[in-house]
Amino acid sequence: MLTITNIETFYGNIQALRGVNVKVNSGEIVTLIGSNGAGKSTLLMTISGVNKASAGEIIFDNKNIQNLPAHDIVNLGISQVPEGRRIFSRLTVEDNLRLGASANQKGVHYNKEVKDVYDLFPILKDRLNQRGGTLSGGEQQMLAIGRAMMAKPKMLLLDEPSLGIAPKLVNQIFLAIKNINREKKVTIFLIEQNAKKALELADRGYVLVNGNITLEGTGQELLKNQDIQAAYLEGGGKK
Amino acid sequence: MDLAYFLQQLINGVTLGSVYGLIAIGYTMVYGIIGMINFAHGDIFMVGAFVALISFILFALTSIALPVVLLLTLLIAMVFTACYGWTVEKLAYKPLRKSFRLAPLISALGMSIVLQNYVQAAQGARIKTLQPVIQGGFTFMEETGFTVSLSYLQVFIVLVTIFLMAIFTLLITRTALGRAQRACEQDRTMTALMGINVDRTISITFIIGSSLASVAGMMFVMYYGVIDFYIGFLAGIKAFTAAVLGGIGSIPGAMLGGLLIGLIEVFWSGYISIEYKDIAAFTVLVVVLIFFPTGFLGKPDIEKV
Ligand SMILES: Nc1ncnc2c1ncn2[C@@H]1O[C@H](COP(=O)(O)OP(=O)(O)OP(=O)(O)O)[C@@H](O)[C@H]1O
Ligand SMILES: [Mg+2]
Repeated sequence: MLTITNIETFYGNIQALRGVNVKVNSGEIVTLIGSNGAGKSTLLMTISGVNKASAGEIIFDNKNIQNLPAHDIVNLGISQVPEGRRIFSRLTVEDNLRLGASANQKGVHYNKEVKDVYDLFPILKDRLNQRGGTLSGGEQQMLAIGRAMMAKPKMLLLDEPSLGIAPKLVNQIFLAIKNINREKKVTIFLIEQNAKKALELADRGYVLVNGNITLEGTGQELLKNQDIQAAYLEGGGKK
Repeated sequence: MDLAYFLQQLINGVTLGSVYGLIAIGYTMVYGIIGMINFAHGDIFMVGAFVALISFILFALTSIALPVVLLLTLLIAMVFTACYGWTVEKLAYKPLRKSFRLAPLISALGMSIVLQNYVQAAQGARIKTLQPVIQGGFTFMEETGFTVSLSYLQVFIVLVTIFLMAIFTLLITRTALGRAQRACEQDRTMTALMGINVDRTISITFIIGSSLASVAGMMFVMYYGVIDFYIGFLAGIKAFTAAVLGGIGSIPGAMLGGLLIGLIEVFWSGYISIEYKDIAAFTVLVVVLIFFPTGFLGKPDIEKV
């Protein structure tokens, strides 16, 4: 479904991605783990067309998307829940959801999609007229996921959805991600600092170090891998 | 006599304030969405005034009924001027969007000079006059010795302003376009990640701002009857002051600020001295900014990170 070949992305002179290869098949949950500054967010932003790759190829559904503007990529079916959530804090929860539906034929199916989002996160229904910025961190993350789902994506990119969220809510969010994949049939590409949880959930995983993919395998294989246990699972690597 | 005189100033102030308010909306919307002050906006207003003037002169040669002439002129001015606003954005600001913050400001100053010189070259430097298009009006309080007059033109100006402001307020608060604009104001990257074409949203903002300024230009030429290529400078600065006074980025603020600047200018001329009327508005601005740094209706941020 998504094939990334030898992608290189620069910020000015700084090279953040050094020839990254990643493949995500339709229906899978694929996770990417890596320490701070490895280039994980850069990869997602490159897929979404916010950052432009200077070399390599990104193919989605047999279509080369790497030179398309970001809004066209969303309209092709790739939605992103970015790092730090980035909800529109001055706008109401409802406005945030309606914005999410912009890609979905200009929001004509708003009422139908929003029901599915309420099923995932019932709390959002009670918060519709509240400003996004007044939600708690966990609620904001739910809104960010719900907002991305409003576009009815084929593929969902999630950037550290458990970052800074209470453990109880983290479970709820992981459950929602699983639901989205199994019931809504949305392919998932998940970036996580919580490597254990992510690898347990994922069909396959990749490890990104300094802009290079150093390891790949099924979730179970990676969970058992010694290097990964040392670096990402037993208190090493990221806090 | 005193009350009558006061009422007259009030009527004149509200009329002038309508014109400033219409221009101020353009400043405030552009600032809201791309965080720059469009110094060429006053000159867009001036272009609008010229388009309206030319349109009136051409229609005067025909025998079309007055209401139709007014409507057509309004539409022609809005459409032509919107094209200018759109072009200015495409040529002078869009290529600089990723550049350092001062670059589009300098470019805007350049565009302002270009527009002035273009109109000066195309239309000549001398003032242009327009015969009154709408004549007559109401008079009150003759018995007090000071007759208060409310011309039909003033009624027209205020009504059209209220009507347009209502329409555009609805557009911005109730439609998908308005929602996209408010989203762009906050986070353009995220707005693009919603599948919204950010460049187009910005272009539409310039189109709306320019067409409102053109209506102000049409009102201006009808009200004063004389214009030249330089009117955009002072009117632009005052409308900008109005936008800051109301709280830059806030549309109701721009309307309120416009009204206040119009009233201040007229009352200053009427009660203190006509000589320094242009300074009055700026003095008030300085005082207000000392006590309300974000203007009267500026938005306090409630960001939670
Ligand atoms: N806007 C930018 N300008 C310059 N350099 C940047 C920019 N954004 C990221 N970088 C650099 O690119 C590299 C990769 O950053 P990126 O944000 O992709 O890392 P990450 O893996 O997402 O890290 P984290 O886990 O902290 O979110 C880092 O070295 C970072 O400093
Ligand atoms: Mg990151």
